[in-house]
Formats: sequence, structure tokens, C-alpha cells
Amino acid sequence: MSFDIAVRRRLGDRDIALQCRADARLIALIGPSGAGKTSLLNMIAGLLTPDAGHIRIDGETLFDSAARIDLAPADRHAGYLFQDVRLFPHMRVDRNLRYGRRPGGSLSQAEVLDFLGIGHLLHRMPATLSGGEAQRVAIGRALLSAPRFLLMDEPLSGVDRARREEIMRLIERLRDDMRLPILYVTHDLREAERLADRIVEMPDT
Amino acid sequence: MDFSLSPQDWTVIGLSLKVSLVAVAAMLPIAFALAWVLARWRFPGKLLLDALVHLPLVVPPVVTGWLLLLLFGINGPIGSRLDQWFGVTLLFRWTGAALAAAIMAMPLMVRAMRLSIESVDRRLEQAAQTLGASPLRSFLSISLPLSLPGVFAGAMLGFARSIGEFGATITFVSDIPGETRTLPIAIYAALQVPGAETAVSRFALISVLLSLGALLMSEILARRATQGRMPHVL
Repeated sequence: MSFDIAVRRRLGDRDIALQCRADARLIALIGPSGAGKTSLLNMIAGLLTPDAGHIRIDGETLFDSAARIDLAPADRHAGYLFQDVRLFPHMRVDRNLRYGRRPGGSLSQAEVLDFLGIGHLLHRMPATLSGGEAQRVAIGRALLSAPRFLLMDEPLSGVDRARREEIMRLIERLRDDMRLPILYVTHDLREAERLADRIVEMPDT
Repeated sequence: MDFSLSPQDWTVIGLSLKVSLVAVAAMLPIAFALAWVLARWRFPGKLLLDALVHLPLVVPPVVTGWLLLLLFGINGPIGSRLDQWFGVTLLFRWTGAALAAAIMAMPLMVRAMRLSIESVDRRLEQAAQTLGASPLRSFLSISLPLSLPGVFAGAMLGFARSIGEFGATITFVSDIPGETRTLPIAIYAALQVPGAETAVSRFALISVLLSLGALLMSEILARRATQGRMPHVL
């Protein structure tokens, strides 16, 4: 089972809840903005603690309120692509890429650079990158941290239309070649239909 | 006007620089810790801590000096122990002048650092954690470097404040030439002597130049800190 998630969390006056068991390579999580999609990714990454439930990915338990398991974010090995990218602004691309590097990744740095086409950006500061370039560097940074799964929060939202197709193909190659479970958040049904082998709708609370 | 400096004048300037540098260096980690606690932690009594930190800014400096005298004097609760355990006396020593300057500089240093810490995007720290960074590494590699301009700005501001410190210093460590006679105290002493206007204006000019230099540095660093250099983050 690649994804076995059942969590709920009260935030302010609304409940964020999701139940999902699926053996899919890429699950698209869709729902209107404000439905709590990002909060859900934060719960899986360990940045937000659910009130109750469990999170198991590829057989590994990251969180289980009944068994009192709650791995720290650093120990979850999530490759998290944030909607706002979050490259470290005071480090060159090179250092951003190396920041989370862990042994055991399926790709070397050279392969990642080649795969993403970002070798020529190594000495640039993040502020000088375009949206598409920044997104590709963020993907590279996540891949080099030897993730066990990927969380993608609307990765196309900061990318101009012309570059979308390019990033979309990258994600398809990640899905098909890397064999990493991917949870992909979007509000665009067409994106979801093209990329996902399973679409989960976020209940509107 | 004669602006050549006598050996005694150089002693005053050297002492002022020494006192201020030591004051800022000693206060730097304490001020950063206070700024961090005030910027990041939530706890009961935070308002009180904030007020205590700001107290030297609003209390008459002579009162601060008097409190230092009570605490660090020969019979004070801290002063007597320092003397007993380490053989250290601050009273009437340049180290006491540095302590007074540090206390007076503290509010300004904490303020500048706190603003800078608050402006660090905490989502970057979260990103670092998902990439496997421990809280310590995330602090050292993300939070600290990003708040460094504010730390420098605070240090410069504290230095400028220390150079000008008078009231608490003269109350706590008095006016001892070569030991505690810093620039402002030398100016005050010269004012008591008829016909020493040249000395007064010399010292005054030096004070203004030193403080102005430190303030300008502080302003430049603060601006650099707030310049938008993270369009993909905000």
C-alpha cells in the first residue's frame, strides 16, 4: 500500500480530514482553495500535528496517534515541494541543492542536474531565477535529499504557461522512472487527470 | 583652536573604545538570546520581560547606576560574591564602566535584533527541517545568517550608545582618570575647569564622529537587511 492515510485536525472553526488508502504511484488531491490541502501535506511532512489518525507511506508509519508514533520532520524523508518554493535566499543554487543531500538517493547530483537541466544555474542566487527555474531547483533539492516519497503543492502555480508543459513532463518522468510515491495537490482537474492514477477529492468542510 | 591630542587625551579615547567594545561584545550573546526569546517564544510574563529589557531606556541613567551600585557594590548580592569567589571587583574599575555601558545599550541592541529575527521567514526553517536539518542546524544555517544584518545593526547601535554613556557610569564607577574617565566623563570634567573649552570641543567632536560613524553603519546594515532579496519566498 503506497498511501494509507486517515487523519483529522481542527484548525480554527473548521475540520480538516482525509481518509485515503491507495496503491497508486501518483495520487492527486483536488479540492477548492481553503479545503485544507496544504495543511494535509504539512501533516504528512510533520510540520503540523494531526489531532488523531495515522499516516503510513510505503509501509512506513510516520504518525500514529494510537501508537504514539510521531516522527520529526527531519526523520520522515519527505521530498516536499512547497507552493511558495522556499529556496534559501542567502545561498546560491549550488548550496541549496546540497543542503539536504543524504546518501542513499537513487540519483547522483550530476544525474539530477542533467535530469532537471539546471547545471548552468549553480552559481546563481535564488532571487535571480525565474519561476520555472526556481521550481526545478526546488525539485532537485528535494530529490537529492533521498526522499522516500514526494509531496507536491501546486507545483505549476508559480510557473508561466509556456513552462508548465515542461514541468508537467518532469513530473511524469519522476512518476514513471523514480518509483517514488507522489502526493500531488492541485485545484485543476485537468492537471490531476493527466498526471494521477488516482484522484482524491478533498471534502469541502 | 588647537586640535592636537595629548597623551592623556589618547588615554581617554582608548579607554572609551575599550569600554564600549567590551560592553557590546559581552552583551551581544545575551541580547541575541533575549531578542530570540521575545521574538519566538510565547510564555506568561513575556510582557514583563519585555518591559524589564526596555527599562534602562526610560529610567533615569543615574537610577540605573545606583541599582548597579546596590547589586555590584562591595556589599551587594552580586558584587560580594564576585569578590569572594573570583576576586573580581567591578566598582571603580573600567570593567564596571563596561557593565554600565552594556546595560544601557541592551534595550537598543535587543530591539534591533528582535526586529531582524521576526523578519526571518519561518517557512524557510520548516523547509530546512523537511530536508533533514536538525533544529540546531536549521538555526545555524538559516535563522542566524538571515538575522545577521540586524545583529550587526544592533551591535553598532549599542556601540554608539556605549560611547555616549554618562549617567549610569559616573554613578557606578565615578570619574577616575585612566580607569573610568571615558569621553563623556572627560567632557564633564573639563567643563568644571575654567578655560578648558578647547579640550571640551575636541572631545565633543570625537564623540560626535564616533557615534555618527556607528549610527551610519547601523543604518546601512539595517537597510541591507530589509531589502527584498527573496521574491520567490514572500
